[in-house]
Order: sequence, then structure tokens, then C-alpha cells
Amino acid sequence: MYEFTYHRATSLADAKAKMGQGDDPTLMAGGMTLIPTLKQRLAMPSDVIDLGGIADLSGIRMDGDTLVIGAMTKHHSVASSDVVKAFCPALAELAGLIGDPMVRNRGTIGGSVANNDPAADYPSAVLGLGATVVTDTREIAADAFFTGMFETALEEGEIVREFRFPKPKRAAYSKFPNPASRYAIVGVFVAEAADGIRVAVTGAAPCVFRHGGMEAALAGNFSAGALDGLKGDAGAMNSDIHASAEYRAHLVGVMARRAVASIV
Amino acid sequence: MPSVSMTVNGKPVSGEVEGRTLLVQFLREHLGLTGTHVGCDTTQCGACTVHVNGEAVKSCTFLALMAEGAEISTVEGLANGEELHPMQEAFRQNHGLQCGFCTPGMIMSGVALANRNGAPSEHEVREWLEGNLCRCTGYHNIVKSIMAGARAMSGQS
Repeated sequence: MYEFTYHRATSLADAKAKMGQGDDPTLMAGGMTLIPTLKQRLAMPSDVIDLGGIADLSGIRMDGDTLVIGAMTKHHSVASSDVVKAFCPALAELAGLIGDPMVRNRGTIGGSVANNDPAADYPSAVLGLGATVVTDTREIAADAFFTGMFETALEEGEIVREFRFPKPKRAAYSKFPNPASRYAIVGVFVAEAADGIRVAVTGAAPCVFRHGGMEAALAGNFSAGALDGLKGDAGAMNSDIHASAEYRAHLVGVMARRAVASIV
Repeated sequence: MPSVSMTVNGKPVSGEVEGRTLLVQFLREHLGLTGTHVGCDTTQCGACTVHVNGEAVKSCTFLALMAEGAEISTVEGLANGEELHPMQEAFRQNHGLQCGFCTPGMIMSGVALANRNGAPSEHEVREWLEGNLCRCTGYHNIVKSIMAGARAMSGQS
């Protein structure tokens, strides 16, 4: 790691102030991506501002029919929450599939979503459930949030406060994990939401995306059979040592059918 | 250089560290607690597992300064003098190790599981060990050890 100055923010305002002072500061949530990145010298921030000490960024609560999860809430807390399980079991299951127990004790939903790793699990739930990302300055709809590989609509220094999830009628997540890292080679989140069917695909392409063809097919007939013949577009898929683009395209269809079959 | 203070195995400790100093470096190089091992240094193998405020974390992916004010437990803190901790004793009885390199992490991970679930099934132990790699044993005796250790910790024989 290159040397940096470590700061522990005590409040959102403190974090904003510290972001304004360094030459090239960066925010740290759970550190499960940032610390390995620093260790590989893939980043050289002047200052690391740890959000871990800001208690009010963490927590799970209902606000009417809306589930609210604080940005610094750990994966383990979501996976084991009775509130989340009652609201949307698929969301708790997804959190329990991330990494391993030690990673789930540290990693946070806000860190995962703000980083927007193409193979991360949470972006598919945020997009698939049509959640709203609440930051220190505004609210951003999930459909406008994920803009590209490791890119989001967040401005420099903008801090995610919480996620607001509208209640789905039913939802499921099916994931084909990399057996070593547990990142998604392909993960598909299917939800019957208040505004219709949403199918969000992660792992497959440079950025999480909605599969319009599958959504249309499921709107007419919510069954795994309705997805026969549908898959990803191999021309838009990632290809690497773990899986070819053609294989990922195929897996998109398989994971989507498995997700639907698990909830009908 | 910034200073950091924490409690390690019940004793208050402090030291001067860089921002980039990892918790595992602080434990091994500053405090001489070399029971916590560095295997992969990439958050995968779990040999560096310690408890921070009761939760298992990988100390190779945790900055020493993040532990300010925290309660840290390492494998050195488990035994009561000459008397092994029930999880350590279970590893001894069940031959839960061969070369021993991964063992400190396996034991700290096993204790963390037992704290959440006093009677884990074989399947639950195997799922739990996703984050702990062993290159010798094929895991069979580690799984047996953790099941026996968890039962012993919760007062079942």
C-alpha cells in the first residue's frame, strides 16, 4: 500500500468536511474492496475517510410499506434480519451469498452499491426491486443510478445515506457464483414489483442491467417456461478466464428461469 | 505517526502505526502475537481471522487504526493457562490439522460460529468455512473438530 492519512469520520458533516480537505481523498465503507485495492497499489488516495464510526448510517427499519436500509449496514445484518426476511426473503438470501462470513461481517450495502462492481450482488437487488438511493443531497432512482462499469450517478464526494425499497409482490435471486471469490459470474434478480415485472442481471455485463425481453415475457405469463429461448446478448457480455461471453449469455437464461421457478 | 489503542486478549495495548498498517501487522510485528497468520494477504484464506468486538474478521483486510477502542481476540487469548479452550481441545482430539498453518484462523472462525450457533450441522460448518482455506486436510477433520468444539462450548458432550 502507498501511504495515506486515515480519518475516522464522526458524522456525515464531518465526513464531508474531511473530503473537502485532502488532495485526493476517498471514502471507505467496510473496506472489503478498497483495502484489497490499496494493497495491490491500484489506488493511491491521499486520505482515507472511514465512515464506520457514523452510527446513524447503519440500521434496518420499516417506514410504512417501505424497507429502509442504512448505507453502512453490514451484509450479515441484512442476511439475518427478521424485518428483511419478512419484507423480501430474496434480499436477505442475496446478502447471505456475498463473500464469506468474515467478509459479510465487514462489507456494507452502501459500499457495494456505490462501488458498482460488475460482479457484485447488491446492484441487482437495488435495480430489480426499483429501490431509491438516498444520498446526503438528493434521491436517485435505481434506474438512473447505475451508469457503467464501476460508475454510478454519484457526484464526487456525494455520500449514500440509505436505500428505500418498495415492497414487491414476490421476488427471487439466483446466482451462479465464482467458486473461489463467490462473486457472481451471473446473478439474476426477478421481482414482481408494484410497477410491473423487473429482471435485473449482474455479473454478466460491464454493468448491472434490466432484461426487457424477459420482463415482457413474464408480464404476459409469470412462469419459467415463458423464458424458454431467452438469454443474454453474447455481444454485450463480459468474457474472461472465468466464463466466455457465450457462456454468460446462456447462464442469464438459466439463472432467470431458476429464479422464477423458485417463486411460482 | 498516529497512535492507536485497543484491548487485545483482555489487555490494553497501544502503539504508533502508519495509516496503511494492517491490524495483522500490528498484532504480529508490534505486539509479537504471531499466532495470527498471513496466508494469502488477499482476503481469501482466513488464516488471519481474529475477533473484533466479538465478530470474526480478516485482520489482513482491516487497518490497525480502524481498531481504535476495539476489543480484539486472537488465538493466543483462547487457552486458560495450560488448559486448552474447548475448540482447541476439539481440534487436538479430532486431528483437525496437519501442517497447522490455517489452524489459528480455523479455530477463531469455529469459535465465531459456535457463538452464533451452539449445535451447527455438518452442512452449516462447511458453508461457514467458505472463508477459511486448508490445503492439507480436505476439511473432514476440521469440520468434525468444529462440530465437537461447538458442542463442548455450549456444554454438550
